[in-house]
Amino acid sequence: MRLKISHHTEYSYDAPVGYALQRLRLIPKQDTVQTVHGWELSIDGAREEVRFRDQFANETVLISAEGGRHAITVEARGEVETSDAAGVVGEHRGFAPLWLFRRETALTKAGPGVARLVEQMGEASDLERLHALMAAIADTVAYQTGTTDAETPAEEAIKRGTGVCQDHAHIFVSAARRTGFPARYVSGYLHMDGTDQQAASHAWAEVHVDSLGWVGFDPANRVSPDARYVRVATGLDYRDACPVSGIRHGSGEELLAVRVTVEQ
Amino acid sequence: MVAFDEMRPDGTTVRGPYASYNDWLKAQDAARLAEKASDAEQVFRKTGITFAVYGEAEAAERLIPFDIVPRIISGAEWRRLTQGIEQRVMALNAFLDDIYHRQEILRAGRVPKELIANNEAFQPEMIGVRPPAGVYTHIIGVDIVRTGENEFFVLEDNARTPSGVSYMLENRETMMQLFPELFQSISVRPVENYPQLLRQSLSRVRPEGCRKDTPRVAVLTPGIYNSAYFEHAFLADQMGVELVEGSDLRVVDGRVAMRTTEGYKEIDVLYRRVDDAFLDPMTFRPDSALGVAGIMDVYRAGNITIANAPGTGIADDKAIYSYMPEIIEFYTGRKPLLGNIPTWRCAEKDSLAYVLEHLDELVVKEVHGSGGYGMLVGPAASKREREAFAEKLAARPGNYIAQPTLSLSTCPVLSGAGLAPRHVDLRPFVLVSDKIQIVPGGLTRVALKEGSLVVNSSQGGGTKDTWVLDD
Amino acid sequence: MLLGRTANGLYWMNRYIERAENMARLVDAGLRLSLTRTTTPAEEWASVIVSAGLQADFQTRHDEATVETVSEFLLRDLTNPSSVMASIETARNNGRMVRTALTRETWESLNEAWMAMKRMLARPVDGRELPKVLGAIKRETALIRGAFYGTMLRNEIFDFAQLGTFVERADNTARIIDVKYYVLLPSLSWVGSTLDNYQWESILRSVAAHRSYGWVYEGDYKPTNIADFLILNNRMPRSLAFCYRNIAESLNFLAAEYGPRHGCHDIVETTLGKIKGNTIERIFDIGLHEFLSDFIVENNRLGNEIARDYRFY
Repeated sequence: MRLKISHHTEYSYDAPVGYALQRLRLIPKQDTVQTVHGWELSIDGAREEVRFRDQFANETVLISAEGGRHAITVEARGEVETSDAAGVVGEHRGFAPLWLFRRETALTKAGPGVARLVEQMGEASDLERLHALMAAIADTVAYQTGTTDAETPAEEAIKRGTGVCQDHAHIFVSAARRTGFPARYVSGYLHMDGTDQQAASHAWAEVHVDSLGWVGFDPANRVSPDARYVRVATGLDYRDACPVSGIRHGSGEELLAVRVTVEQ
Repeated sequence: MVAFDEMRPDGTTVRGPYASYNDWLKAQDAARLAEKASDAEQVFRKTGITFAVYGEAEAAERLIPFDIVPRIISGAEWRRLTQGIEQRVMALNAFLDDIYHRQEILRAGRVPKELIANNEAFQPEMIGVRPPAGVYTHIIGVDIVRTGENEFFVLEDNARTPSGVSYMLENRETMMQLFPELFQSISVRPVENYPQLLRQSLSRVRPEGCRKDTPRVAVLTPGIYNSAYFEHAFLADQMGVELVEGSDLRVVDGRVAMRTTEGYKEIDVLYRRVDDAFLDPMTFRPDSALGVAGIMDVYRAGNITIANAPGTGIADDKAIYSYMPEIIEFYTGRKPLLGNIPTWRCAEKDSLAYVLEHLDELVVKEVHGSGGYGMLVGPAASKREREAFAEKLAARPGNYIAQPTLSLSTCPVLSGAGLAPRHVDLRPFVLVSDKIQIVPGGLTRVALKEGSLVVNSSQGGGTKDTWVLDD
Repeated sequence: MLLGRTANGLYWMNRYIERAENMARLVDAGLRLSLTRTTTPAEEWASVIVSAGLQADFQTRHDEATVETVSEFLLRDLTNPSSVMASIETARNNGRMVRTALTRETWESLNEAWMAMKRMLARPVDGRELPKVLGAIKRETALIRGAFYGTMLRNEIFDFAQLGTFVERADNTARIIDVKYYVLLPSLSWVGSTLDNYQWESILRSVAAHRSYGWVYEGDYKPTNIADFLILNNRMPRSLAFCYRNIAESLNFLAAEYGPRHGCHDIVETTLGKIKGNTIERIFDIGLHEFLSDFIVENNRLGNEIARDYRFY
């Protein structure tokens, strides 16, 4: 499936920015399940400082803004040819060792909530247990925006019983690690059936299973990723893989507007 | 346990390296020596060579006591030592390169995977980074102890941001001022070119894209309240480079640049004396005001050399230390020339049992601690202290290693009642670029309390000038 | 090349060394006045605090101005950032920060001054020892200045330090005159009151000019001469004219070295224009107080502009 994507991010400030740095992870991965065509980043109100590949092989761009701008906009645009591999991304690559993906992070720290979900995985093959986990998460944490934010840890979202894809992914990653699987957070895009406009970029989880390599699970949609999914960045949690993160000097309030379109 | 005295091993006969010094010493009267010792203190206080001790707000600045009797090492002894150190330093860098890439040594099972996987000192942000010339740890302080005529052991590798080199230099400077006649009659190998060697060494690991004849080097300090600030300023001054703080630096045009009176100027090599955790608030601790936001991005893009590289702590971690013989053999194909001190890893069940049973004979150290705070010196501790420590140990065994109480060699110091032996260790400083250089000398730390084995300056240790003879 | 932070450190190091000395001189003048005046000394000590520009701060700590409270506040009190001890401490911290830009002699003299003052001011100063202590403070700051002028290369480092010294000194001199401008008004000399001789002498003493005044004007204290001496005399090292000549010189060296001229160059030219070729009569015509208030404001603005132009922050 060939998907045409545009991801528009706009930060606006009510006071001029003294100095700001933003780290962008907005360039899709070139891998076994997808091929990227003509991807472009256009940046307004800031300048590109460096491009590099981070420890998880994400193509990363650092941009800076200074001198009293009131807005920074970043537009990522291009096309990606995807295929349906039933969620299987394949063997582990890169220098990040598999054991690293078993490290607990602040956002994925397992507590009693995660433990209860792990209990529901049952006794079966790896894949069956992971699918059971995906279902359990979707049953426990209803999709609802505005109840959690980028700082919400997995346990907290379970306690609330509501969350967004990011929370689902964190919980999945946490529970999978708890049961001994290397697991990672994936940020990317999803072409939702019947509409081109997306609320935001999407997130799901991938788990390393001995026989298959990395396999994706999207608890928010109760499926393993297919041709509608575009992988952009991976990491231990949201902080490693989020599309934009940064720091800013200045006192003003920040307003963030994101517009994502994924067209077939 | 009788310690090996480096001047008079049998109490009377003077060893070769000390012979000329002893001749001179015999001709001195006690009053003059005492006067020289107080002169030395004046010199240090006047120049502001002080040491800030954490937790003592009032007496924030204290001198590290300096003893005027030099510690003397023969040329032959030094050559042996340096071969061992070079081998070790090569292995440390090879280990770091491997650990942040394929991890062959873990695959080969020579170092347990868990040791790295559960180690805070492993920095994922360094995965896949290969710095210029493949050097991760550019400046290393290897702590060496001696127990006999031919017995030298490595106590600790300091591969992060070793300090103390300014004392090596100032101690020599002071000795030359106090006793010029000694340096005329005894040929002591010079250490004073260390700053030039450091600068050259740093210049040789410039980023690949840097085409300048003289790369721009800067020293990054946490600021004047840091305990080693004097040293940071001293080294910058002696190298003739800028001493910068995090607030001076910013990412500009894809480089890390410093704010000067004429605008931003890029830096090619940053000799940082700020810990990893504080280096980049965008990457490590977000609350750090001591670092530079985005420096890790510039680093990964290959536009700056950071010395020492982040993540080198995984090589000098006390838990890794016990594997150094295996590490050296794995990467150099040879047995270590310089031995380790036998070490019990308390994480291992049998070792823990042994350590708990022999607490009164052992030194137990915290794996991640430094400065001698989290340690127990068994033979010197009271029964109650040992019992309290045993509880901590049993609660988190993985946090501790234990070593036999080594009888560190002694060297005479000038005490109130004339010369008296005190325990010493030695920290030579190693510079690594595309070659390895070790200045002939180092920092001799001395436990000034009679019988004490703790040489740390934060715990009442002092320093001595270290002479390597040109023979 | 010089770090902006280093330029800032040099500037403030010298401002605070200058301030420490000025405070000692103010106390000295107050002491003299309290010994020679027949009326209540409390008034004289209070006027010392006013001259230091620290009235509000002082009143939150002490009820009464006496030799003890004033010397405590101006010499020892670390919560008063302008006290001698606090100033020398700040100067030393700045010196530590810019250590690599200083000669060993300069740093050592500053460090020794700090050690000496810490010792001298460890306990409240006994009134009987006050002259000795003040003398020692002035001597220590003179030693720093001596080491500085004797050993520092005349480059940008020197210039930023100079700017600190003279911006602080100009501020100090202007404030001291302004606080007592009324005793300098020409109308007073017609009255011919001898009482005011003390006031005039005190002003001169607090800027170390009571002797040199005599050499230059060969005669009695006359308000116009005093004002002329402290504002327009080019050779009097604490006059506004002298300070601005040095500020202009340092800023011109910087422009020559770096290339561009900045806003601070314009400000110094304007202020210099108001001093050079001016006469004290004309200043009295505009109003001495108005002239001084304007000067103080512009002098502050200059300090801020230098910091901005040369990227102190």
